[in-house]
Amino acid sequence: MGDMNEIFETSRKTLQEIEQRLEMPRREFLQFCATLAVTMGLPAGAEAAVAKAIESAKRPSVIWLHFQECTGCSESLLRAEHPTLEKLILDVISLDYHETLMAAAGHQAEAARKSAMQANKGKYVLVVEGAIPTKNNGIYCKIGGQTAIDMVKECAADAAAVIAIGSCASWGGMPSTISPLSDSSPTGSAGVAEVLGKPVVTIPGCPPNPYNFLATVVHFLTFGKLPEVDKLGRPKFAYSRLIHENCERRAHFDAGRFAMEFGDAGHRQGYCLYKLGCKGPETYANCSTLGFGDAGENNWPVGCGHPCIGCTEKGVGFQKPIHQVAKMLNVTPPLQYPRIVEEQGKAASFASAAAVAAVAGAAAGAAIMLTRNLGLSHAAEEAERARDAGAVGDSDKRAAEDKAQV
Amino acid sequence: MANNQHAAPAPVGGSLINVVTLSCGVLIALMAAILMVRFLFGLGAVTGLNDGYPWGIWIAVDVVIGSAFACGGFSVAMLVYIFNKGEYHPLVRPALLASLFGYTLAGAGVMFDLGRWWNVWNMYWPGSINPNSVMFEVAICISLYIVVMWIEFSPVVLEQFGKRDIKKKVSKAMFFIIALGTVLPMMHQSSLGTLLVVLGVQVHPLWQTPVLPLLYLLSAIFMGYAVVLFESCVASSAYRRKIEMHMLTPMAKIMLGILVVFIVVRFGDLLVRGALSKAFVPSVEALMFWLEMACCIAPLILIGAESNRRNPARLFLAGILLMLGGALMRLNGFLIGYETNIGDAGGFTYFPTLAEVLVTAGMFAIEVLGYIIITRRFPVLPREDVQAAH
Repeated sequence: MGDMNEIFETSRKTLQEIEQRLEMPRREFLQFCATLAVTMGLPAGAEAAVAKAIESAKRPSVIWLHFQECTGCSESLLRAEHPTLEKLILDVISLDYHETLMAAAGHQAEAARKSAMQANKGKYVLVVEGAIPTKNNGIYCKIGGQTAIDMVKECAADAAAVIAIGSCASWGGMPSTISPLSDSSPTGSAGVAEVLGKPVVTIPGCPPNPYNFLATVVHFLTFGKLPEVDKLGRPKFAYSRLIHENCERRAHFDAGRFAMEFGDAGHRQGYCLYKLGCKGPETYANCSTLGFGDAGENNWPVGCGHPCIGCTEKGVGFQKPIHQVAKMLNVTPPLQYPRIVEEQGKAASFASAAAVAAVAGAAAGAAIMLTRNLGLSHAAEEAERARDAGAVGDSDKRAAEDKAQV
Repeated sequence: MANNQHAAPAPVGGSLINVVTLSCGVLIALMAAILMVRFLFGLGAVTGLNDGYPWGIWIAVDVVIGSAFACGGFSVAMLVYIFNKGEYHPLVRPALLASLFGYTLAGAGVMFDLGRWWNVWNMYWPGSINPNSVMFEVAICISLYIVVMWIEFSPVVLEQFGKRDIKKKVSKAMFFIIALGTVLPMMHQSSLGTLLVVLGVQVHPLWQTPVLPLLYLLSAIFMGYAVVLFESCVASSAYRRKIEMHMLTPMAKIMLGILVVFIVVRFGDLLVRGALSKAFVPSVEALMFWLEMACCIAPLILIGAESNRRNPARLFLAGILLMLGGALMRLNGFLIGYETNIGDAGGFTYFPTLAEVLVTAGMFAIEVLGYIIITRRFPVLPREDVQAAH
């Protein structure tokens, strides 16, 4: 129970400070730390380390860049209320540059970014939201006269960690969708890793679940390094399982119960959306296990009756038509399905009852006849024996002859 | 098998085509047709099986009762070779023949009932066997016993085809084969009881007891003798031969001895467990229990007296009753007293379909037909001076 001791050791004073700083009760704070630890799939006891990391006043500087995007990722972060996440994000970290949230504007804003980069050189966290246009030297997105390409390269050079939030920053996302009429997207949008030429942590999703982002940041704060990622840079704690594997409608899939069109009987009863084009079977994400945005567990596309579009999966989201049937990655639908109502057997049919009775009757009849014959032959034998008593002769042989005639 | 003070066995001879063999042929053809449907379209296409009753008469009758009926060979072999009662030797071959068919068909019958029969090799494959399973013991013992029994019976075939040399070689190892042929059926006849023990509360208290293995073994032995009585009487009657009363009468006494032990254990167990009260509750189970008990107790009255044991009619009737008694105990345990409808799993029923009944009838038809063909063409029954075969 070392973890519990650590929690108790956290002095009353520190906790009181946290209460004031984050405006949240201690109990809620510790619950929040445990939730994050569980989200990251950390072993029991890690919540203590998480709590310690968050309670420390060292607020790492965060620079948050926006390029080709809709700010949906920031919006979804602000709408998380468990606890008021903006409170935490602004107090736990020092958000020194965020175009949507910062009060400063124009040159003042750019100056804040430069001074933060200077002051926290090699220690700040760079978060990138939005795709980066690369066509025609990236002239399609400029901030303060600087192209997105230059800006991301400049900020990444001295960053301790780079996190790409959202599908756009991860690989280009929606802006990178290629029209059937051309061979590239209109602005040549690319992800952060492609522009920097090195892998970065990506939190894809449109928007991603805020807790996946937050857990990644807290992991960095707690352990001083970014979490383990898959080959696309996605943290394994959130993106190692197919949505399909833990989907709340999975039982319907296994039983062969599919919604065939929107609003049909199956759709109204919550059947599997696979045949409406749900991309859950080929999309890696934890949407089916971690509720989105604290608004209840049905608050994700599949939960409210729309097929998953595969927004966390490059080559699926924004690429495949929404209603195109997904490619099954690990489970193919069976040819046969178990019955919904199991047959419980029928009572005796006339034919089978008659057959049983006939067999029993025939056996009984044969047995009676045979017994009678055996009895008669025995009686005859006994009579023979009595007659021949004392007489000379082979009574056995004659008895046998007698029987042969019976 | 060298015991020559008795008449040597000889083929009975006679025609193979008569009303009985033709009827058997028809039943076997019907069975083959149904089995073709079963193997093409699955168990559901022909049987009345369901999730509540995964075993039907193909297991309860063809395998469990069928293999118990086939205990004649083992019971008589035990008497002759283990207890060294040479005077019963002429009974060995016919009893063994009946057992041979009974067991071979029980083994085949299991295959009909296996949903995914093509996986059956896993049962014997060292990498996939499960030696902790009761079913494994039953399967392995039945399979081995079938092989052992064919070897035990092989002198009959070798004699007929004049292979003296091979017969001599086989005879040298026969003591071991005979020992195996006694141990294996004892092992798996008791395991058939264990099969029910592991089903726990799903079996009615009248048939669910830790001593089931003993009950199944004891009943298999007396059923074996009962089958020999039955088979001797029918064969004598059908072939117009002299009934071997000089062997059957003392053998019936041994059978009654085992029967008494069985009845004592049966009732003792019911009393100790306090389950006997269930036999007085008006129910189908209680009715079947008393029917089973009546079949087991009646022979004591029927042939209890020495003079009555000399009457072949009474011996025959006693044999049938004991076969029926043992069969009912198995049928009751496996189907009638099988309580699948516990808790909220209610509503399951099972009655064999016509197809199932016909397959079971076909199985018994194969046994009868095989017995007729082999006794008429191979040296199984002792030679008789008065040959009146039709």
